[in-house]
Amino acid sequence: MSKTLKDVKIGEKVIIRRITGTGPVKRRLMDMGVTKGQEILVRKVAPLGDPIEVNLRGYELTFRKEEAENILVE
Amino acid sequence: MSVGIKEKTLNIALVGNPNSGKTTLFNELTGSTQYVGNWPGVTVEKKEGKIKKTKNKVNLVDLPGIYSLSSYTMEEIVARDYILEEKPDLIINIVDATNIERNLYLTTQILELGVPVLVALNMMDVIEKNKDKIDIEEIENSIKARVLPISANKGKGIDKLINTIEEMALEEDKVENLDFYSKDIKKEIEKVESFIEEMAQEKNVSKRWLAVKLLEQDSHTLSKFNLDQELNSYIVKINENLEEKYDDDMESIIANDRYEYINKVVKKSVKKTRKHELTTSDKIDKVLTNRFLAVPLFLGVMFFVYYISIQTLGDYTIGWVEGAVEFIATGASTLLISLGASEWIQSLVVEGVIGGVGSVIVFVPQLMILFFFISILEDTGYMARVAFVMDKFFRRFGLSGKSFIPLLLGSGCSVPGIMATRTLENENDRKLTILLTPFISCGAKLPIYVMFAAAFFPATSGFVVFSLYLLGIVVAILSGILLKNTLFKGAVAPFVMELPPYRVPTVKGLLIHMWDRAKGFLKKAGTIIFAASVIIWFTQSFSPSLALADNPANSILASIGRFIAPIFTPLGFGEWIPAVAIIAGTVAKEVVVATLGVLTGVGEVAEDSPQLVASIQTMFTPAMAWSFMAFNLLAAPCMAAIGTMKREFNSWKWTLFTISYQTGVAYIIAMVIYQILK
Repeated sequence: MSKTLKDVKIGEKVIIRRITGTGPVKRRLMDMGVTKGQEILVRKVAPLGDPIEVNLRGYELTFRKEEAENILVE
Repeated sequence: MSVGIKEKTLNIALVGNPNSGKTTLFNELTGSTQYVGNWPGVTVEKKEGKIKKTKNKVNLVDLPGIYSLSSYTMEEIVARDYILEEKPDLIINIVDATNIERNLYLTTQILELGVPVLVALNMMDVIEKNKDKIDIEEIENSIKARVLPISANKGKGIDKLINTIEEMALEEDKVENLDFYSKDIKKEIEKVESFIEEMAQEKNVSKRWLAVKLLEQDSHTLSKFNLDQELNSYIVKINENLEEKYDDDMESIIANDRYEYINKVVKKSVKKTRKHELTTSDKIDKVLTNRFLAVPLFLGVMFFVYYISIQTLGDYTIGWVEGAVEFIATGASTLLISLGASEWIQSLVVEGVIGGVGSVIVFVPQLMILFFFISILEDTGYMARVAFVMDKFFRRFGLSGKSFIPLLLGSGCSVPGIMATRTLENENDRKLTILLTPFISCGAKLPIYVMFAAAFFPATSGFVVFSLYLLGIVVAILSGILLKNTLFKGAVAPFVMELPPYRVPTVKGLLIHMWDRAKGFLKKAGTIIFAASVIIWFTQSFSPSLALADNPANSILASIGRFIAPIFTPLGFGEWIPAVAIIAGTVAKEVVVATLGVLTGVGEVAEDSPQLVASIQTMFTPAMAWSFMAFNLLAAPCMAAIGTMKREFNSWKWTLFTISYQTGVAYIIAMVIYQILK
């Protein structure tokens, strides 16, 4: 079973293997620099449990856990 | 002006990521010559201005902040259509040096458009402070475009930028294409290019850009450029081959290629000293988005903002402006009397115009203070955190955390609330949020509740006011769910949002931000409210036979009130006075209490004055009070808000639908309340 960004613990840094799905969400994530081979750190989770905040390419990005499910990591 | 040299008009476009300092740069370049409007047909803001200190006339268009030139959002389409169709003489691409990798992604796309590009590398002061190093020449050599370091915040490098802008815009050199794709991909792109070369030349677009877009099967491009069957299937074949080879979709393949190239450039030219320490921003966020502190802190901040702008400082300014208006009224009165003006002219000017417009103008300083605080929250980057924290809650109703801010602002005044929906990228979310914002009770309606509470529920007045706010919120939530599942049905918009580093806003930026919003409100005061005040004055002062009415009960307005009143019978207040108060409330909700006072012969008094309270007690019953308050809470907002809605919708259709929906909901709920309570 593939590990997705949703399964990554806070403070853990992983490498992106692939982004699944099609359309606006995938495109949006890629526009923001979420691409194959990129290092990404899970910073924290919002107080109410969702969305999550990550750090990549030197900046802070947030997206929902259901969007994180599309990001396969290792 | 130089003699003998013909003055040219140059057109420049400013493009860049959101949060890159684009607005600050735009303000620096254009000073006070800005004009803000809407791009035709869409709810996207258009800003234009003239660059100062230039020899020629240089028009600057601020294109919407975008992360990419795909065709998934309105902002992206507006930006790229402008560049391709208007063909500006130069594009200034502002790049945030502290976020250079992601910013350059857009740059690689802009460099394919065939328009000259000047990169303004912003936030260099932060780079210096962090002791990082950027080799500008190296970047210039890699991307084959001029790069100028600036710090828009501190005003550094601006003069050199302006000179270079003019220099480059006047040049008519052909643009050298940036070639950065990996070998395999480049080969395929060139294949496509060879076939579309003629078409590209004909339509005067860059063949590189067109080839890439067709290869990506970009829908917007495909619809604009009609390809014949053969060519289309040829391109689709290449597309399919590549997708199979790389086991990914074409857009992703291209995007990955761009970032591969960017990684190389950045590695060569950017040296960071700090590795993975927490920045100041991160430290602040540890508190502000802390699991337990985030929401209470946020409530505290909002309480502080409202306390200052509505209760203390703001309240003080109301008294101050009231005094000023009275002074003007007295002065005008004296002047008119000395000029021998007839009684009705005196009444028109003093009571109609000054009285009407004045009753709304008193709130402007208070609004400006509120706008100022909100600008601080936005410009520092705190609002993004608010959306982040509130998103999960809003997901339940099909909206996102970004909808929270407009609704929150609506509790002070619907006007800035509706304007704040600009940050919502999804059209459906934007329209729905605009419609829901007025349901959140605005500050102007508060006197209405206070008045009825004083008359009928003196012991539980706090509870009464609170329950009305709650009613507004509940109606907003239920309407949201209803409309999201019917009229605004659509895929839930992705919530992918940047959290920009906290920044200290410039005072200039804050003031421009605040003034932008106040200006819109004032313009409405000067036009719609002015006209409405005159009309209300007229219908209130004259009888149907067009003689001066001795008693308001004999005026045209009263006749209109009596005509409309029966509609409100199921709601319990089918009398002309409440009906007229509601009509007057369309000008500004503050006017409702004043109108009730004037029409019951008490005069314009405070909402808790004993005489007014006594009048209300004779005219209404508690059940009527509740339904009247509920109706005012939920019905269509004041003209200033309606005008703002129209501007943000950019359509009368949607504005009328929204007003009808809100008033319809108000009617039904008020009726139900009255029928149950009576």
